[in-house]
Amino acid sequence: MNPLEAKALNNWESHPSFVVRVFAILLALVFSAFVLLILGTSPLDAFALILSGAFGSLAKLAYVMTAWAPVLLCSAGLLVTFAAGVWNIGIEGQIIMGAVFATGLLQLLQDSLSPAAILVLAAFAGFMGGALWGMLAGALKLYGNVNEIFGGLGLNFIAGSLTVYLVLGPWKRPGIGSTSGTQPFPPSLWLPAFNGFQVSPIEVLLGLVAMALVTLALRGTHFGLKLRAIGKNLRAAFLKGIPLNQYMLLAFGLCGGLAGLAGWVLVVGTSARHNLFPLISSGYGFLAILVVLLTNLSALWSVPISFFFAVISMGSLQLALQRQLDSSLGGVIQGMLVLLVLVAKGFQSRILSRRER
Amino acid sequence: MTLDISILIASVLASSPPILFAVLGETITEKAGVINLSLDGSMLLTALVGFVVALHTGSVLLGFCGAMAVGALIAWMIAFVSITLHQPQVATGFVLTLLSRDLAYVLGNPYAHVPGPQVSHTPIPGLFDLPIVGPILFDQNPVVYLSLLAIFLVWVYVDKTRPGLNLQGLGERPAAAFVRGVNVTVMRYVYTLVGGALVGLGGASFSLMVKPGWARPYGIEGTGWIALAIVIFGGWQPIRAGLGAYFFVALQTAASLLQSVMPNIPTQLFSTLPFPLMILTLLLVTLGNAEWTNRVLNHLPEGMRRFLIRTLKALRTVPPASLGAIFRKE
Repeated sequence: MNPLEAKALNNWESHPSFVVRVFAILLALVFSAFVLLILGTSPLDAFALILSGAFGSLAKLAYVMTAWAPVLLCSAGLLVTFAAGVWNIGIEGQIIMGAVFATGLLQLLQDSLSPAAILVLAAFAGFMGGALWGMLAGALKLYGNVNEIFGGLGLNFIAGSLTVYLVLGPWKRPGIGSTSGTQPFPPSLWLPAFNGFQVSPIEVLLGLVAMALVTLALRGTHFGLKLRAIGKNLRAAFLKGIPLNQYMLLAFGLCGGLAGLAGWVLVVGTSARHNLFPLISSGYGFLAILVVLLTNLSALWSVPISFFFAVISMGSLQLALQRQLDSSLGGVIQGMLVLLVLVAKGFQSRILSRRER
Repeated sequence: MTLDISILIASVLASSPPILFAVLGETITEKAGVINLSLDGSMLLTALVGFVVALHTGSVLLGFCGAMAVGALIAWMIAFVSITLHQPQVATGFVLTLLSRDLAYVLGNPYAHVPGPQVSHTPIPGLFDLPIVGPILFDQNPVVYLSLLAIFLVWVYVDKTRPGLNLQGLGERPAAAFVRGVNVTVMRYVYTLVGGALVGLGGASFSLMVKPGWARPYGIEGTGWIALAIVIFGGWQPIRAGLGAYFFVALQTAASLLQSVMPNIPTQLFSTLPFPLMILTLLLVTLGNAEWTNRVLNHLPEGMRRFLIRTLKALRTVPPASLGAIFRKE
């Protein structure tokens, strides 16, 4: 492996100041408004619709929170791989494999155990599915020298076609199989939700706990210390005798496992369709990459920012329905935000380094 | 089922310009030491721009120009954020991938399934009715002729000219190039922009030739990632990369032929077939770099070992030494 590789990808030392962040956010809003004007939609009207689409009622807020949970889980996982200095772009495929393994276990045990036991076992299966897929990307990188970006991407597409195969083949609905997915599970196998506030405390808590545990592991354990040493300087870590391959594989496995749990949430969660269908990962993994980039690998900031991104995603879905726009508008706003924060960060460190001279 | 082999080759040539131009553009960019990771999004956005400009102006040529300008603009953003502002190149490229993809879907919404202009078929008089080579090489359109020429031109420029040698120096040893009086920063900008413009040319050749028009999903999704992988497979050599692109399109064509032979298998499976192949081919070209391969090979019988080592060596590719690294004048 090329030691320069990890170093070149990591430049997280500089943190943008509060003013710079606010400026970048305002600029992102201006650019998004410009895009809306091109489309002939009033930006103020659109932003208001996004907000009311996310906060307009308790049901809508609950919907946002069900999108927040998988993003939280994936962001927590990505903090681990980014700490080790690797890009886990295969996270989408790891979510899918989590969903596949969870669905498989649910189908297998559906009528044999108590629903609670089945759900817990399915969560384990989801974790394992994601972890295996993550470690496969890691093994391709470590033992085959395949850059993790391409290995991961290829594995994403393979996981996607596997779901298509399962949904149309062995796991097709009774009668005729269609790409709308497998036969939905009965309500006894859904995560329990509040009455009138359709979100399960389990999915959100799971995300928050994962985030807290990852923070603790990275900050307060030998494992985290060594992992961050690898991310900072691969060669130095190697010379110090840290077993690189094991640690890297473990990082990929952990991240994949958490993404797999997100896949489980997407099958059994409150707003889920309660089955396996193609594209079940819904871009949540890539969204989490944006979250972690935006927060400069800060676990603390990743919690509110991932909520904010869930608001934008769900709100723009509502906007798209009401104004005949494409739902990708949320992605445009999120992408602009991350890009402009990168730009702002760059400007800030440039100005600072000039002053020092 | 009867198949005319020359028609088959002709159809491979006719559907390869999008990926071919993207591969050549990215090869140039990476030769200069810069990674433009945004290909999957920028191809989509430039495809839309090419179609929309051509639709409104009625000129296919202007469509191509617009797409090339947007491709260069995205490349400029990557160069600016990474070279000038010293921010992570891969992160910038990834964000721009998603951003340009989503922009394309949002802005393209009103243009979905709108009929529009396309590149016209232009057989070359006197040559197109030659046996075999006629239908393959001379019974196409100007974009296909240009794509064939482009491989040759890029190869000559990169490998046979002085500026081309300087380009290689940018990616291999920028400090040495700097000492020789090359302005590393400016030249990296130039080649990133040129590469981006070629990616735009690829995007527009999809929307104005291979699959005229616009839709969501459009059918070009994933091609940018494949193009990035082919650059690696091609070992950053224009000719080998060009052959890689043709090989990939030939596989796609073969997959769609298989599909018509085996109607029981879901069509979605064939469209994802290239991706496992992408991993396998990357594995083949990078295995030679892994240290454990030599250890394992030592246990094999002499004849077999020699054969395997030779094969892996022939396939092995090595990236430009300073690819993705920021250059600072000290």
